[in-house]
Amino acid sequence: MTDMPKPSPLLQVTDLRVTLPTARGWAQALRGVSLRMERGQTIGLIGESGCGKSLTALALMGLLPERAQVSGSVVLQGQELVGMPEPQLCRLRGARMAMIFQEPMTALNPLQPIWKQIAEPLRLHQHMGVSVAKARALQLLERVQLPRARERLEAYPHQLSGGQRQRVMISMALACSPDLLIADEPTTALDVTVQKEVLALIKQLVNEDGMGLLLISHDLGLMQDQVDRVMVMYGGSVVESSATPALFAHRAHPYTRGLFAARPRLGLARGTRLTTIPGSVPELMDMPAGCAFADRCEWAVADCHLTPPQAETIECRPASELTHTVTCPRWRLT
Amino acid sequence: MPGKHSVWRRALRHPSFVAGGAMVLLLVLCAVLSQFWSPYPVGDIDIPNKLASPSAAHWLGTDSLGRDIGALLWVGSQNSLLVGFIAVGIGLGVGVPLGLLASARRGWVEEVIMRVSDFTFAFPALLLAIMLTAIYGPGLVVSIVAIGIFNIPVFARISRGAANAVWSRDFTAAARSAGQGPLAITWVHVLPNIASVLIVQATIQFAIAILAEAALSYLGLGTQPPQPSWGRMLNEAQSQMFQAPMLAVYPGAAIALAVLGLNLLGDGLRDVLDPRWARQR
Amino acid sequence: MPLFVLRRLLSFILTLLATSVVVFAVLELLPGNAAQVVLGETATAESIAAMEDKLGLNQPASTRYLNWMFGMLQGQTGLSISYDTPTAQLMAERMQVTLPLAVMAMGLTVALALALGIYAASQQNKVGDVGVMTLSQLGLAVPNFWLAILLILLFAVHLEWVSAGGFPGWSEDDGGGVVEAFKALVLPAIALAAVQTAILTRVTRSAVLDTLREDFVRTARAKGLSRRQVLWAHVLRNAMIPVLTVMGLQFGNLITSAIVIENVFVLPGIGRLIFQAIANRDLIVVRDVVMLLAALVILINFCIDVLYAWIDPRLKVDHAG
Repeated sequence: MTDMPKPSPLLQVTDLRVTLPTARGWAQALRGVSLRMERGQTIGLIGESGCGKSLTALALMGLLPERAQVSGSVVLQGQELVGMPEPQLCRLRGARMAMIFQEPMTALNPLQPIWKQIAEPLRLHQHMGVSVAKARALQLLERVQLPRARERLEAYPHQLSGGQRQRVMISMALACSPDLLIADEPTTALDVTVQKEVLALIKQLVNEDGMGLLLISHDLGLMQDQVDRVMVMYGGSVVESSATPALFAHRAHPYTRGLFAARPRLGLARGTRLTTIPGSVPELMDMPAGCAFADRCEWAVADCHLTPPQAETIECRPASELTHTVTCPRWRLT
Repeated sequence: MPGKHSVWRRALRHPSFVAGGAMVLLLVLCAVLSQFWSPYPVGDIDIPNKLASPSAAHWLGTDSLGRDIGALLWVGSQNSLLVGFIAVGIGLGVGVPLGLLASARRGWVEEVIMRVSDFTFAFPALLLAIMLTAIYGPGLVVSIVAIGIFNIPVFARISRGAANAVWSRDFTAAARSAGQGPLAITWVHVLPNIASVLIVQATIQFAIAILAEAALSYLGLGTQPPQPSWGRMLNEAQSQMFQAPMLAVYPGAAIALAVLGLNLLGDGLRDVLDPRWARQR
Repeated sequence: MPLFVLRRLLSFILTLLATSVVVFAVLELLPGNAAQVVLGETATAESIAAMEDKLGLNQPASTRYLNWMFGMLQGQTGLSISYDTPTAQLMAERMQVTLPLAVMAMGLTVALALALGIYAASQQNKVGDVGVMTLSQLGLAVPNFWLAILLILLFAVHLEWVSAGGFPGWSEDDGGGVVEAFKALVLPAIALAAVQTAILTRVTRSAVLDTLREDFVRTARAKGLSRRQVLWAHVLRNAMIPVLTVMGLQFGNLITSAIVIENVFVLPGIGRLIFQAIANRDLIVVRDVVMLLAALVILINFCIDVLYAWIDPRLKVDHAG
């Protein structure tokens, strides 16, 4: 049986490595991240603070600090982004790939009315005139379900609530109908009730437009409903990657097991201690030669500390979404 | 808090601190040593030798009354240092307690203290100094007091701002709930934490005081003869501009170097004492 | 009138009043009385009595204060002791020199400092930045009157491009003319501007650098704006807020520095007026000029306050809505 040629992916990241200058010298913040996203696919990136998930997003967008060194490959719709000259990258940013950030209050310019900020990518990439752009901004605000959008056009960011500001951010990101949307902890700074609404909105818009979504979060519960595939990061690399239902059913990597076990759950008997993962994340400069998690892992042996672990495939079906990979040689024990 | 050793090591590697520190040290040495010895007594008038060019006897030449320029500069450093110390001392001694009080008490006490100090800011300092000398007559004491008075709101504002930041931190809340009174907390917790801000500001104000006194002396309102003053030397030099242009260069250079040294030292101290530097280790 | 302007206006008026009280009071707390100060130690009892009469010292302080205030507001001020002309007239004449000088100096400062500050920020830690910062360190350390003297030495004594001092007057009848007048103000303006430029450059640089670290700059770049586009469209307006504060403070500095500079260049401006008044112990002039200068400074700060609110929409709201 001949295989059908696989459609070219929206995003193909291969062995992405980022080195940053710190006060104590150069530190490798990302250690070989690889991922593949198809058109319209949603991927979640999960991990604790400092694991490199936000850095991955910034590296994809080309928004790392000037002195950062990037190696590896990032191919967006056939174009190689690593090493691309800045003016070309500027043309892609906001137009073909867009990003929304965690803190909507500080992420909007306090001195400009919101319509202007939404119209900015339109005027920049699609050369729209002011009034046309303003009308389009209104349409976008209505699409993100901002109440009383027409009045709010001239409003300033401080006059809106957190959830409303995040909707403005989303409309800014969607203005030029990008193919890839990166959402870096979009709801972490919002109230719990608003979180659900904003997430639902993102999901709906992504489905309607067939965009690829990279959703970054530290919250496991979020991932379950939002994304097709989950990638778990630790210490600058991906330790486990699988389709969401498969991951929630069965975890392979020791760190992922620890993450899931640490979730506070309703219904526990009183006095039950919360499970934690002993130890803490090593500093960037002090990363061990072998597995970054080895110090905290209950299944580690001597070799784990010395040799960087390779990714192993647990199961593989022809369609890539169902591949479950884990980066731990001893996963069978877990 | 970073250990003393690490602070010193960082300090000695910081170019601004080293350069500024060296210059300030030189200034202090001049001022101290000139108390005991001077190449020529400054009162010595030697008219036949007036406006002489630099020579072996007079390294920088002489002024219109035959006095040795080098000696005048040397002894004049005392004046500058004295002004700086007393003016900053007044600012620290009166301004910091006021600021700490404002921060500890809050409420209307803080309002009053801050309003008054804001008001003093609106009033140009040199103007105040000139007015005071108009009334009480020119002289070193009056000019120091005038400059010192302006330092009070500066330090009050700075210490109140920094103290507010310390009060809002958790460990002071902890101390309060443990029963420590505001005076004890201020002494034990607040002061050590704002010390670095105050030290940096003190070096800045020191430099400002030197410049202000030089301006007043230039106008004839500051130090009176025969005590040498760099500012007054500039005034005398201006009237000799066509005959001996170089006379105008030396005293101004001395002032500039003193101020530059203090500014560099202040910059260096600010970087070295900033706890963010320590955290980056 | 918008609420925020009203509040600032109220504060402005109150500060003016308070200043006038302070100025009046300081001159009241004289050792001895005003007449003695004016005439000096060698005065006879009769001349003191005559001066007391002339100064109206037999009236209570509050009456004198009110007379003074109302007089000022109506433009009818007291007579100068040494010149025997109304101080208002004296001040008006002198302002013809000082005001253009201050404006020239401020204009130079703002133009240079903004350009240098933004340049230094965009070249952070590279050669351009280091150069600008070193220059500004020097600018801060140099006393402005020394710079003035050095400028005179170079441009007047050595090169003879301008005169070493004095002011020819604005109209040609007095032997002056607009061009001549400007030539006389160039060196003083430069001397005044040097220190202020150094200060404002540093403030601008640090304000731009701080603003570049803000989150909305990252958002703008994520939308596809280049670094330069971000600087002009987003950073500059936001960075202007701290810069404006300093500019307001600097105006006060400028006025007082003018006192010294006008003496260096022998310019017949307000600075020289007050200086001569002090030498002549002309307390009436001293009082009125100090009040005028303080009022100017307060006025400038008031304008800056209003300008703030115009730039920053967060301030207009005034905690409502």
